[in-house]
Amino acid sequence: MPETRKTPMLDQLLDGPFPSFVKEIKKGAEKNDACNDLLGQLELSYEEKITHWKHGGIVGVTGYGGGVIGRYSDVPEKFPGLTEFHTMRINQPAGWFYKTDRLRKLLDIWEKRGSGLTNFHGATGDIILLGTHTDQLQPVVDDLAHEGWDLGGSGSDLRTPSACVGPARCEWACIDTLDICDTLTRRYQNELHRPMWPYKFKIKVSGCANDGVAAKARADFSIIGTWKDNIQINRTEVINYVNAGFDIIGQVVDKCPTKCISYNPVTKSLSIDNSNCVRCHNCINKMPKALRQGKITGATILIGGHAPILQSAFMSWVIVPFMEMKPPYDEVSELLEKIWEWWDENGKMRERVGELIYRLGMRSFLKATGLPAVPQMVLHPRTNPFYFWDKEEVNQ
Amino acid sequence: MVKTDFGPPKYLDMMSDLCKRNYGKWKYHEVLDTGTLVHVSESGEKLYTVRAATPRLLHVDTLRAFCDLADKYCGGFFRFTSRHSVEFLIEDEANIEPLKADLHAMGFTPGGVGNTISNMLHTQGWIHCHTPAIDASGIVKSVMDEVYEYYKEAKLPARLRLALACCLNMCGAVHCSDVAIVGVHRVPPKVQDDKVSKMCEIPNVVAACPTRAIRPEPAKKSVVVNDERCMYCGNCYTMCPAMPIFDPKNDGAAIFVGGKVSDARHPAMFSKLAVPYIPNEPPRWPTLVKTIRLLIDVYAKDAKEGERYGEWINRIGWEKFFKVTGLPFTDKHIDDYIFSVPTFRSTATFKW
Repeated sequence: MPETRKTPMLDQLLDGPFPSFVKEIKKGAEKNDACNDLLGQLELSYEEKITHWKHGGIVGVTGYGGGVIGRYSDVPEKFPGLTEFHTMRINQPAGWFYKTDRLRKLLDIWEKRGSGLTNFHGATGDIILLGTHTDQLQPVVDDLAHEGWDLGGSGSDLRTPSACVGPARCEWACIDTLDICDTLTRRYQNELHRPMWPYKFKIKVSGCANDGVAAKARADFSIIGTWKDNIQINRTEVINYVNAGFDIIGQVVDKCPTKCISYNPVTKSLSIDNSNCVRCHNCINKMPKALRQGKITGATILIGGHAPILQSAFMSWVIVPFMEMKPPYDEVSELLEKIWEWWDENGKMRERVGELIYRLGMRSFLKATGLPAVPQMVLHPRTNPFYFWDKEEVNQ
Repeated sequence: MVKTDFGPPKYLDMMSDLCKRNYGKWKYHEVLDTGTLVHVSESGEKLYTVRAATPRLLHVDTLRAFCDLADKYCGGFFRFTSRHSVEFLIEDEANIEPLKADLHAMGFTPGGVGNTISNMLHTQGWIHCHTPAIDASGIVKSVMDEVYEYYKEAKLPARLRLALACCLNMCGAVHCSDVAIVGVHRVPPKVQDDKVSKMCEIPNVVAACPTRAIRPEPAKKSVVVNDERCMYCGNCYTMCPAMPIFDPKNDGAAIFVGGKVSDARHPAMFSKLAVPYIPNEPPRWPTLVKTIRLLIDVYAKDAKEGERYGEWINRIGWEKFFKVTGLPFTDKHIDDYIFSVPTFRSTATFKW
């Protein structure tokens, strides 16, 4: 065991009330040379203000096209433990629920065959295992498979879908986010494990308009729960909120974006003009005991979300205002498969589906998917007179 | 024969009987304190949640210690949130305080529930990534130490979501966060001609540039970058390892503010540029930390109850935002990328 690396800069991050990542790496360094070298290389990055990870390097395991990502130090002579330090993505259970005996098996495998360092979780949702040698990749996958853990996505494939906590612990889940996420994940194992598309494709499922997994910001295909009928009011609980000093005018009535809520201070009663409600969820967020969503629930489907590169950031936009969400979710799959086919046919290399729609127009997208144009898709109609007509639409 | 494509463990096998019994039957919830929630079912059963932020980078021994707590207090079940926090789901109310005490003793103090700063979403940085302009974990640790009181105590007008992405790929989804840090470069990539022909697909490199700043250089079997057009996004480096864009003298962080993903009250919003550049100052990034502190303190003092960061700015106006924060407004704040014109103002209605 080499001497513990001296890390005067990193050591300054051991103090303070927030849990320290340096402490986590040091736990590893006590029993693993690679973690010790990671401390050393990170200290060097802190001194030089630059990363010391090399670009690229393809690694893989039998039967999969993705899920493991090659990572090599650019100063291996100084830090031999990091000559190979690959990442593995492991598909998390929907909603990030864990039973300890199952998780412990994964942890034991990773301590035996890797650095023992993890991320719970990566930005896409996978369990991230940080750092192992090339010759350990297959054994890790084999050992994990034996315990029922499979790889997640990477590269130009379906990335690991993720979902909010949903009906397992939340009264606001208009849809069964966990079942939808799990069903789609299992149905599309081939798409998830074998990159064959123009670029990555992300699916995220949130149970309500609060969008707990940021589906709208981060997913190419966002499924967000909503309802169609009236908000349910518990009149006794409204009175209880008011009597407890809750500012019902300031926090609920005045904040309603469509001004469809009114409050009568004499009777202490709340009324909602549901025909003008846009289901933004603020009033329900503020008074969870008094107000509940309607009973006719389903999802809004949105497309195209991603971070800036290349064409600026896109938030995903509505393509289906309301879809019923009953297992086995065949309607979602039919739509997904049409979208994938069109995108695969027309997309350029590294073009996300939202960027393709931007390049070819919603008109092409709607034709390809058969979705009808509806006003819910836009903030407002176009402000210019430059639009296409098909030959069959004009008089010959 | 290798077993493949069997998928993740089934979520139902990973949750307690209480969660399964009341699945889809939750009626309402209450915030008990900044570390604790209670959810009440139609059946009257209660489920308590204790939440604590983690640094995301966790050693297996720490995860085993979480497992020990879950075994002791939660029947062997726990979960994580989408923001790297750990959550213990408790059936017996009497277990809440002992669990919190044990967590605190481990260095993981519960917090982040309600009108607080919840855990900071972030990326790999210098620990594990090949494209970062800044570190991730070190900045997150420094910022969270500084604003810890807002994690522990509910003294903000609304919830505040911090995020960090260590480069413009934005794995950290900083583009829709209340206050977000993103790593930026400030100089064009350095083309290593001798390596480009061996390592890179030239048409793909040319196509990767969003501002068409790259053209082929057939004589050298390489490419040339038009420095005037380069906006330092690093997308070419993602395609071509022979075009490194790092520059320790110039890389650093930008701060974006006012984004959110929830549609409550106001539809989801993108974050907008507040500070174009702050240099890398490891190990504790004092200028960046001080600026984040300022941005949060001003909001905490000035916003009305229930107003998210972006809603506060929308109400007071951007001219006033720069006035109350004292941050300089520069030509960098005015968009000159693809969708710039709709961001220009066409009214003469200002605040002075």
